[in-house]
Amino acid sequence: MAGGLTARTGFLGPRLARARAHLRRQWWLLMHPRTLMRSAGVRFGLIYAALFSACALALAAFLWWSTAGLLDRQADAAINADAQGLVEHFLDGPAVLAEIIQERLVANINDDAIYLLTDAQGQPVAGNLATWPAAMTPDVSIAELPIDRAGVHGFARIHQFVLPGGFHLLVGRDVQGRVQMRRILGDALLWTPAIVLVMAILGALVMRGLFRATLSEIAATASAVSRGDLTRRLRLSGLGDEFDRVAEEINHMLERLASLMDGVRQVSNAIAHDLRTPITRARARLEDAARSAQSEADLRAAIERAQSDLDDIVKVFQALLRISEIEAGARRSAFARVDLGPLLFDLAELYAAAAEERGQTLAYQIPPILPAFGDRDMLQQAVANLLDNALKFSPPGSTIRLEAKSVAGRVEILVADQGAGIPAGDRKRATERFFRGEQARNTPGSGLGLALVAAVATLHDGELRLEDNAPGLQAVISLPAPRAVPAAKRANAGKAGVGKMAAGRTGAGRAGEPEG
Amino acid sequence: MRILVVEDDKDVAGFILKGLKEAGHVVEHADNGRDGLFLAASENFDAIVLDRMLPGGVDGLRLLETLRSQNNQTPVLFLSALAQVDDRVKGLKAGGDDYMTKPFAFAELLARVEALTRRGKTEAPVTRLAAGDLEMDLLSRSVRRAGQKIDLQPREFRLLEYLLRHAGQVVTRTMLLEGVWDYHFDPQTNVIDVHVSRLRQKVDKPFPTALIHTVRNAGYMLRAE
Repeated sequence: MAGGLTARTGFLGPRLARARAHLRRQWWLLMHPRTLMRSAGVRFGLIYAALFSACALALAAFLWWSTAGLLDRQADAAINADAQGLVEHFLDGPAVLAEIIQERLVANINDDAIYLLTDAQGQPVAGNLATWPAAMTPDVSIAELPIDRAGVHGFARIHQFVLPGGFHLLVGRDVQGRVQMRRILGDALLWTPAIVLVMAILGALVMRGLFRATLSEIAATASAVSRGDLTRRLRLSGLGDEFDRVAEEINHMLERLASLMDGVRQVSNAIAHDLRTPITRARARLEDAARSAQSEADLRAAIERAQSDLDDIVKVFQALLRISEIEAGARRSAFARVDLGPLLFDLAELYAAAAEERGQTLAYQIPPILPAFGDRDMLQQAVANLLDNALKFSPPGSTIRLEAKSVAGRVEILVADQGAGIPAGDRKRATERFFRGEQARNTPGSGLGLALVAAVATLHDGELRLEDNAPGLQAVISLPAPRAVPAAKRANAGKAGVGKMAAGRTGAGRAGEPEG
Repeated sequence: MRILVVEDDKDVAGFILKGLKEAGHVVEHADNGRDGLFLAASENFDAIVLDRMLPGGVDGLRLLETLRSQNNQTPVLFLSALAQVDDRVKGLKAGGDDYMTKPFAFAELLARVEALTRRGKTEAPVTRLAAGDLEMDLLSRSVRRAGQKIDLQPREFRLLEYLLRHAGQVVTRTMLLEGVWDYHFDPQTNVIDVHVSRLRQKVDKPFPTALIHTVRNAGYMLRAE
């Protein structure tokens, strides 16, 4: 039949077939609740419906109770006011009361008042009830019961009063209207959940559709990425809604993945290129020694040189692994509060002697307390790398500066030398792995030092800035200042710091100079 | 010294065993974790050189944890290709006394193993260290040689203290960096040599005999002839 339909409707055929397939699928889903529940949209829809029904029910119940209660209270108040007057008139005698009741019945336009006055024998004296209701026994003071008056069936709320001389008075109100209203409300209460349920299922299907539409693109992008296409990104709707935020985060994550992948690719290229050279050298040395060494001493010398070549290769490997370890960010779990003051002072002390040995001066200016948040070992190594570089590239007689300070919510560590520096054009690439500037080609080193410093800075949400020291290079590690510490703690830290060193530490790194 | 080497690689194990024997130690070898644990638990050793990744269902960490849970306090040096900072922390947390990464220089391994066996013995706190005519008082933080007072910077004092505590043993540059400065990286500059040479200026130069000796391809040793 479907085939016949398609043939007849011509170009509309495919669309119609699709719509029919859609309907069939929806129907199938409705018939298979378990599959239906697997859709987050349907689940959200149903949860929403359940909440909505609960609220609607609660509201209806409140309405029901308050309306019915109000009517009851109103009836009681009217009956009491009415009875009060009547009982007062009874003092003038039963006949007067009977007359008043009659007057009131006539004046009662709504025709909802009910009175009955009986004498000591239980015979009706006045009122619109033909007989004493059987349910109104002497011990009942208030009752709701069906009544018959003047051929009309009704439902009334009645109070009983016992009067002197064996007289009994019933005063009541017909509450048939309230009973009807109660029934209407009750019906509404029964229908509400049914209607809400139907609406909710429809709403759930609509939501499911919306979810599908949004999520299917995320799924498609994710599967494209997992197949290797790292350039795919999610489209933003521009509404700035939750889905846009998720999409932004995912795009951000993909950027990061792509840059990490780039890093890996760059490293493997660099390994192929920069590690083959020393390995080739070591291999050549050993082969040459094996083939043409004349004496045992020659052999030993060749082996020792090859050994130190291998050690260098191992060092490069370790530096590379360390950088990728840092870049992976795994070390962030080991972050703690670090006081850079003593940390930098120890490094200054370590390197000052080495600088002096080379005829250089290491001048340092370090505050006694400089709180930061990070990985102690990594920060030490980063600064040590900068100092290594500064010593290596500085001529004898020059001064190397190590300074640290906190400026505008950041902590900055500066290492400046008076060497050849890095040309402005090369500064951007200087932090790439294995990058070696023209001047650095002839000095020992792996080209990984600054890459590690940059990685450490990035790990700490900071940055490494390379600037011109005119002449020389000025490298600045800029880190965000740590979040504020409770005042008590800070006071203690301050005291300890002051006790140890007076007002910051400066020095020019002369050996034997008393410091610290 | 009796040393147990738990290492599954035949060549590496052979290299270590040969070197340790040449240095005058008695060596036992296990090539898997199960045998290693059995040996370590049933016999007495002065130190254990332990690989992390071992065949036989018991890896180095498990082996050590089991050993420590039996209250066996034999000093353990991890020797592992797992070189990340976290691996090192894990090894030390499990009860390891030292951690070395592969590849390694044998001189470094030997120096560290010998330092470990020494560490195991000194239990009571020492207040005085001495070698030949050099004396160090750890309480008054003063140093004398041949009765003559030597003034040292705080860092120089700690450097000399470390050398004295390991007197007669080879101490590598890495050991000094870790033990005296608490640094866990390799500076490219010869910073340690400079500091040792400054210490020599004060401790050895004014006197007829030298106490601090350079050990080629390894490090330093403080030794009274």
